[in-house]
Amino acid sequence: MSAASAGPQRSQVLATPKAAVGQTHPGTITADDFSFWYGKVQALHKVSLLIPPRSVTALVGPSGCGKSTFLRSINRLNDVIPGVRTDGLLLLDNTDIYASRVDVVALRQRVGMVFQRWNPFPKSIYDNVAYGPRINGTRDGATLDEIVEQSLRRAALWDEAKDRLRASALTLSGGQQQRLCIARALANNPEVLLLDEPASALDPIATQRVEELLYELKAELTIVIVTHNLQQAARVSNHAAFFYLGHLVEAGITEQLFTSPREQRTEAYLTGRFG
Amino acid sequence: MSEGDGAAVIANGDDAPRPLRIVGSAIADRVYTWVLTAFALCIPALLLLLVIALGLAGWPAFRRFGFAFLTSSTWNPVAGIYGAAPAIYGTVVTSIIALIVATPLGVGVALFLSDLAPRRVRQPVAFLVDLLAAIPSVVYGLWGIFVLLPFLRETLMPFLRDTLGLGGTVFFSGPAYGPSMLAAGLILAVMVLPYISAISREVLLAVPRSQREAALALGATRWEMIRGAVIPYAKSGIIGGIILGLGRALGETMAVTMLIGNRHEISASLLAPGYTMASLIANEFAEASSDLHLSALMAVGLTLFVITMIVNGIARWLVWQVGRTGSGRP
Ligand SMILES: Nc1ncnc2c1ncn2[C@@H]1O[C@H](COP(=O)(O)OP(=O)(O)OP(=O)(O)O)[C@@H](O)[C@H]1O
Ligand SMILES: [Mg+2]
Repeated sequence: MSAASAGPQRSQVLATPKAAVGQTHPGTITADDFSFWYGKVQALHKVSLLIPPRSVTALVGPSGCGKSTFLRSINRLNDVIPGVRTDGLLLLDNTDIYASRVDVVALRQRVGMVFQRWNPFPKSIYDNVAYGPRINGTRDGATLDEIVEQSLRRAALWDEAKDRLRASALTLSGGQQQRLCIARALANNPEVLLLDEPASALDPIATQRVEELLYELKAELTIVIVTHNLQQAARVSNHAAFFYLGHLVEAGITEQLFTSPREQRTEAYLTGRFG
Repeated sequence: MSEGDGAAVIANGDDAPRPLRIVGSAIADRVYTWVLTAFALCIPALLLLLVIALGLAGWPAFRRFGFAFLTSSTWNPVAGIYGAAPAIYGTVVTSIIALIVATPLGVGVALFLSDLAPRRVRQPVAFLVDLLAAIPSVVYGLWGIFVLLPFLRETLMPFLRDTLGLGGTVFFSGPAYGPSMLAAGLILAVMVLPYISAISREVLLAVPRSQREAALALGATRWEMIRGAVIPYAKSGIIGGIILGLGRALGETMAVTMLIGNRHEISASLLAPGYTMASLIANEFAEASSDLHLSALMAVGLTLFVITMIVNGIARWLVWQVGRTGSGRP
């Protein structure tokens, strides 16, 4: 039933892992017939998708179609929910994310995540950004200072925050707090950055800043973003994947998917006939 | 809104009973408001009356002894000399012992229930801990006399004093009779445990999932998540719970009276008997021989009341802080 299994793009979307992984650009995510259950409820049905590195891939689709579930499978954040089960393959580079010997903590340091609702810790700006490196074992003050500065710069927050690093993160505006959360994720120096509707609660200007940020970050990272805003998906993403009722209906280059979708359901969604 | 409807009806002029009913309901509304307001005002009024009554009754003792009432150790009804220092000291010391023992236990149980325990055992364990709060004080006292005191006398006290060699310090020196500030403190620990653990559990459960997920997504282990994200967020609420426990411990009477040995003496040794304000009042009230004696007991009551009110006020404020900022205090 997986729609990606049809059509000429199959070979591109679903290559064998070894062939798919570019040796020089780590950070490729490959799903191969990946299914996911919350207890008895199946939320993902045999999803096969290749997410290339150094680009932005947007996951779109109506509410409840499994976008967040897929995203949170990549860093195994769903593990904390009792009764979840997976089937099929989900690979980061050549590693099976769900293999029993995978160190989840190490995985989550390679795969950063930013949530819909910004969630800084009630600590100082500095301590927020330094949280990841610290639990990672970095104790040296000068090293931490440097990581914090670099991460804040990459998240385009340095100029606004540099004079108040010791102030509580909660004194920042919403848009700044969201960029702080991006900086916090970047401090671990991840290869992959997952964003679940990162701008849906932000005003247009703050949204634009986050989008610009993604544009810069994709030079070094694999970025996967869930968004309900199709204009936003069109603006920021190189690739797009359309989910519907737990199935991956169609995936491809964003422009092609948006202008000439192959599947009727995709077209219906894009033209606003449902969802 | 209903008045607007009423006006329309009157304008139509064809429905007599309805305006009447509306006037009636407006009056009922007002009466209702007044009655409820009166009820609500009763409580602060009662509190005020209590303070005034205690203050008036305790005034002779305060005037007679002045500040020495709080600092002197002599409590001699025969000679008519009253100093409440040993009772104040005993109250504070037993409460501190209770908190030192009950805090790690209570917070630990709360953390276990909020973050670690399998879902199936959470409810039963929480229920059992809550049940501790339902046991009557006098039952704790009986249990203390027949189980705790022999255990302290024969096992724990000799162990602390001799085996661990703590007898060299002032805190664990002297004979081990059993009835002591240590015994009272330990029974208080069991009694305040459910309060500390219930409130801690509540604030821990109130820590948003997004905070836990933020830590996990950054590669925190479960323990790192608890230490770095959950506890800091819930900290002031947990402290509020501890102080609320302190409020309970300060005023607890029956079990303490049965276990503390009731002696007017300040001793650094926790193995020695002592007194608390609450047990002093409970013990002597019925046989207060003179007006001054009675007045002194009232003054002790006022002191205890004021201390407890302050402690509770601080606790409420801290718990309220967590709910208000929704984020603990940065
Ligand atoms: N913790 C859970 N337990 C059980 N079912 C869940 C859980 N989380 C999600 N689901 C179900 O899984 C399906 C997919 O949910 P998911 O959150 O992935 O959707 P989504 O595409 O992210 O939706 P939205 O756009 O509203 O965020 C839904 O039917 C949802 O009800
Ligand atoms: Mg979602």
